[in-house]
Amino acid sequence: MVEQNAIIKTINLNCFYDNLQVLRDINIEVYRNEILGIIGPANSGKTTFLRALNRLNSLNINYRQKGVIVFEGQNTQDIPDSLIRRKIGIIFAMPQVLPVSIYENIAYGPKVHGIRDKHRVEQLVEESLKKAFVWDELKDRLKTPATKLSGGQQQRLCIARTLAIEPDVILYDEPCSGLDPISTAKVEDTMSLLAQSYTQILVTNNTKQASRVSHRCAFFLMGELVEVDQTRKMYTHPSDPRTDDYITGKFG
Amino acid sequence: MNRAKLRQNIAFTVLGLITLLVVVPILLVLYYVIRHGWNAITWEFLTAAPRNGMKEGGIYPAIVGTVLLITGTMAFSLPLGILSAIYLVEYARDTLFTRLIKLSVVNLSGIPSIVYGLFGFTLFVVFMRMGASILAGSLTLAIMSLPVIITATKEALEAVPMVYREISLSLGATRWQTVRSCVLPYAIPGILTGTVLSLSRAAGETAPILFTVAAFYLPRLPRSMFDQVMALPYHLYVISTQVPNVPEKFSFGTGLVLIALVCLMNLVSIILRAHFRKKKQW
Repeated sequence: MVEQNAIIKTINLNCFYDNLQVLRDINIEVYRNEILGIIGPANSGKTTFLRALNRLNSLNINYRQKGVIVFEGQNTQDIPDSLIRRKIGIIFAMPQVLPVSIYENIAYGPKVHGIRDKHRVEQLVEESLKKAFVWDELKDRLKTPATKLSGGQQQRLCIARTLAIEPDVILYDEPCSGLDPISTAKVEDTMSLLAQSYTQILVTNNTKQASRVSHRCAFFLMGELVEVDQTRKMYTHPSDPRTDDYITGKFG
Repeated sequence: MNRAKLRQNIAFTVLGLITLLVVVPILLVLYYVIRHGWNAITWEFLTAAPRNGMKEGGIYPAIVGTVLLITGTMAFSLPLGILSAIYLVEYARDTLFTRLIKLSVVNLSGIPSIVYGLFGFTLFVVFMRMGASILAGSLTLAIMSLPVIITATKEALEAVPMVYREISLSLGATRWQTVRSCVLPYAIPGILTGTVLSLSRAAGETAPILFTVAAFYLPRLPRSMFDQVMALPYHLYVISTQVPNVPEKFSFGTGLVLIALVCLMNLVSIILRAHFRKKKQW
């Protein structure tokens, strides 16, 4: 199922906020169509790593970065911000919807990418909601404000909104941290089904979630990548004792 | 009733009375102006030029002049003010240079209006050879309005949650697309409030137009931007202090028209605000 061909690769990635180094020499490959789980305690640099991939970190004026991120064989430094973010979408920790209708939330991405044809936009909205498995729940309420939806629905709406820009990679930044178990299960199901056509990276504080969803798993600790391996192997025979301690709950 | 509740009620009553105190002067001013000025408001007063040493006739040229000046001021100060605020909030990095700009903006709003008048006179009227004209007056008023417009727009933009920008950028929008469709729509009500506030002030100012545009007595209407005009605040000053024996109701009538004009601007901005609020859904 997992093709051994890297879509994203980082080479000696170092990230800083002012003089504080939050990531140290990260070398990792993300394979096409896999779900890569990223686990680790708070302040281990997971989110910074994720946001480095689609350059959202650069919105913080104190942020600096060294090293190379390769996307589809190309150094991302040579790709404009808007293009890299269109290819690598992100789902934030808290469901973040714009204060407009469900329809307008999803149509926003396609519209800024210059799709003016109304039918094409409508079609994209429908396709995206179907791919995110919320079409049946929301199809009759497309004109209602997105803020009126429940947290779980909002989060899946966010997934649909990201799918509407037709990315290759989807980043999830603790997507279920504010959701109840049933909504969480729905988001996880959605991720598993999306794995057929998308590369996904899941940052989570919940080690069980990573074991349920991910194909491979990376363990970050204090800004360093401790190990990355097949999830099943990592959860049964981790090669580093620190991983074992974290997964079994000795710290974290 | 327990003590806490009693205390709360006393506090609410005191606060309510203080708020009432703030409203009283405004109502008194309105009452006074309307009572003394209402009789002056006739069709002739609104549509005719002053006659017989301004003791008869109307204030039509002054109304036209003030409307033209507000329009001119708006044309110069709105784009300049809003675009600079967008630059300062959305694009500029925090450098010594931008800090200097922000400091200047704050300081500019503290300069007395007569200084703007003298500045406009030296720069536009004399140095740039515009003469006393609508153009020179509008530019002077525009410079005076800029700080308030910039500050209000800046605050309105900063009040838009950072998350909206992150959503938009993360979907691959460029910075300008983000500003245009994810920030400005939510900032417009705040921008409108600040803009109307500063334009209302510009409409009522005498000092900045004293040397740059206002005519003492000019019954004909202007033919171009380079003509002088009469303006309501200056006309009010003239008939109240410079010309003897002008009926008192004329002064109050002029004041009433000026107040009505400013209220009309506020009304338009309220309607516009409501229109933009309807479009967004929280």
